[in-house]
Amino acid sequence: MAILVVAEHDNTSLKDATHKTVTAATKMGGDIDILVAGKGMKSVIAAAAKIDGVRAVIGVEHASLERQLAEAMETVVVGLMGNYDAVLAADTTTHKNYMPRVAAKLDVQQISSITGVESTDTFIRPIYAGNAMATVQSTDSKKVITVRTTAFAAAGESGSASTSDADSGIGALKSEFVGEELTKSDRPELTAAKTVISGGRGMGSGENFKLLEGIADKLGAAMGASRAAVDAGFVPNDWQVGQTGKSVAPQLYIAVGISGAIQHLAGMKDSKVIAAINKDEDAPIFQVADYGLVADLFKALPEFEAELEKAGV
Amino acid sequence: MKVLVPVKRVLDYNVKARVKSDKSGVDLSNVKMSMNPFDEIAVEEAVRLQEAGTATETIVVSIGPAKAQETIRTGLAMGMDRGVHVQTDDDLEPLAIAKMLKAVAEAEGADLIVMGKQAIDNDYGSTGGMLAALLDWPIGSAANSIAIDGGAITVVKEIDGGLQTVKLQMPALVTADLRLNEPRYASLPNIMKAKKKPIEAKTPADLGVDTAPRLKTLKVTEPAAREAGIKVEDAAQLVDKLKNEAGVI
Ligand SMILES: Cc1cc2nc3c(=O)[nH]c(=O)nc-3n(C[C@H](O)[C@H](O)[C@H](O)COP(=O)(O)OP(=O)(O)OC[C@H]3O[C@@H](n4cnc5c(N)ncnc54)[C@H](O)[C@@H]3O)c2cc1C
Ligand SMILES: Cc1cc2nc3c(=O)[nH]c(=O)nc-3n(C[C@H](O)[C@H](O)[C@H](O)COP(=O)(O)OP(=O)(O)OC[C@H]3O[C@@H](n4cnc5c(N)ncnc54)[C@H](O)[C@@H]3O)c2cc1C
Repeated sequence: MAILVVAEHDNTSLKDATHKTVTAATKMGGDIDILVAGKGMKSVIAAAAKIDGVRAVIGVEHASLERQLAEAMETVVVGLMGNYDAVLAADTTTHKNYMPRVAAKLDVQQISSITGVESTDTFIRPIYAGNAMATVQSTDSKKVITVRTTAFAAAGESGSASTSDADSGIGALKSEFVGEELTKSDRPELTAAKTVISGGRGMGSGENFKLLEGIADKLGAAMGASRAAVDAGFVPNDWQVGQTGKSVAPQLYIAVGISGAIQHLAGMKDSKVIAAINKDEDAPIFQVADYGLVADLFKALPEFEAELEKAGV
Repeated sequence: MKVLVPVKRVLDYNVKARVKSDKSGVDLSNVKMSMNPFDEIAVEEAVRLQEAGTATETIVVSIGPAKAQETIRTGLAMGMDRGVHVQTDDDLEPLAIAKMLKAVAEAEGADLIVMGKQAIDNDYGSTGGMLAALLDWPIGSAANSIAIDGGAITVVKEIDGGLQTVKLQMPALVTADLRLNEPRYASLPNIMKAKKKPIEAKTPADLGVDTAPRLKTLKVTEPAAREAGIKVEDAAQLVDKLKNEAGVI
């Protein structure tokens, strides 16, 4: 069995999601190679070669791969699949964008967002916003799989895989990159952070999210939000946690002014410890919270920050 | 310009899915079913394109059991021109759905397909990408806004780091994210009008598509349940618990 793992990176640094995807691949067993598709991504190739359990790293460079355009990625991955039995990638927006294209071109059914590997052809995946877990067996000869990275630990970095380059095979494309507006932040990435503090509609305004910032600073936390807070324009779209946003599973998740709708819970209920602050004692979030504080957030947040200070956090 | 919108009938988003006791799947008997919320957004976008004079015809298509007609009617009541219903009682996977949608898109001569980025039941999020690849069309996934200019469509996409803009040559496929628009409610007169709009009936065999499943569902189980914890008195106690009991700060 030979498995291709597609790296998650930004041409400069390799993302942790790659290490987690390798762990999922390791559970299937066999030879694991990593594809680094990008532009000017030498440092990424070097980093990928250090991941434990990897046989080889293949670099493919092309202008259209700088932003990993869907059509371009399809061409590269499909081109390599003659040598592989399976391709795995993290279920981030980058890979969700082209993996279905790869599956369709190979005429196989993609298995999306797996959270468990039972064998080389059998996988566990959440359905219905995580309210049910399906165990599915693929009868396709090649497997196309996206991985819910929060469900897998990161592979270590003491390996030394070989590296090589391959041609992209990319021809004329019907799409082009125009621009990007990335949310700037010095905080840890939402999906990789050990602590996440999220605000909901109860925050009342974008301005009020400042109340969470001091706490996030103290805890080294990433900041997230409910869909309602994003829709209301309080915070950027990439903060959304939930079934249709990001899945997170930090050591500590703090939900503030969030009611706990099933779609929100789907994205955070695998957190190790959940704390919630909500003025409504019947809010569904308290049914999953380890520690619930029934209080007005405008009073509770400044107190919480002061208590953290006192406790030397 | 012809716009095609595929819509799926799913368990209503307000209903909590219950796993069947024999672990064969989720119990869908006697529960409220609705149009997949992302598909409502796709329908809304198509109707707006028509209202703006950009689209000349809007077609709503659904693949599913007889009841999927209700979902098509919802799209018609929101303003779509006509419907196509591919009737099947089989549980079809996105690959089979995408193959059938390709056949419909080609028969209709669609210039633009707008669909949901994911269906909230099976959460595969793969039908759009598969369909685009089968048609050899470019894709704009998770659209936050779109603008059509001549033979090109500019799509602002929601990505993990923020927003990204791509320009696609038409014909093209766009999948809708939550913030593309706010779908309208169908008015009573429009619901009445929709009853008279035509829905063409087809079968998977008419479309000449092999729908054999590639995945076997071995079982469907409940996720590990989380127990409710305790309520703390105040912020001081919360900090104490997080630090000294849970050890997470
Ligand atoms: C297709 C679809 C996809 C969706 N995907 C997602 C998703 O990915 N993520 C997501 O989060 N949601 C998602 N949703 C939306 C979800 O159903 C809820 O509407 C949303 O999560 C509610 O956000 P909220 O908890 O912030 O707001 P609300 O439900 O309005 O809750 C606000 C809470 O704040 C509390 N509050 C108000 N004021 C205060 C105060 N002063 N002090 C303390 N507490 C206060 C209230 O008691 C209340 O519990 C989706 C919905 C659909 C239909
Ligand atoms: C393991 C398994 C179990 C299943 N169990 C069930 C079940 O219990 N009940 C059931 O009803 N179905 C079931 N199906 C069929 C399934 O719901 C879908 O029709 C198919 O898998 C599409 O997946 P999705 O809806 O998650 O696709 P996604 O790729 O998430 O859907 C994206 C978009 O594709 C379009 N689309 C998807 N399906 C259709 C459609 N049928 N007609 C028109 N447009 C569509 C919509 O625009 C939608 O927003 C099952 C399939 C599998 C593989």
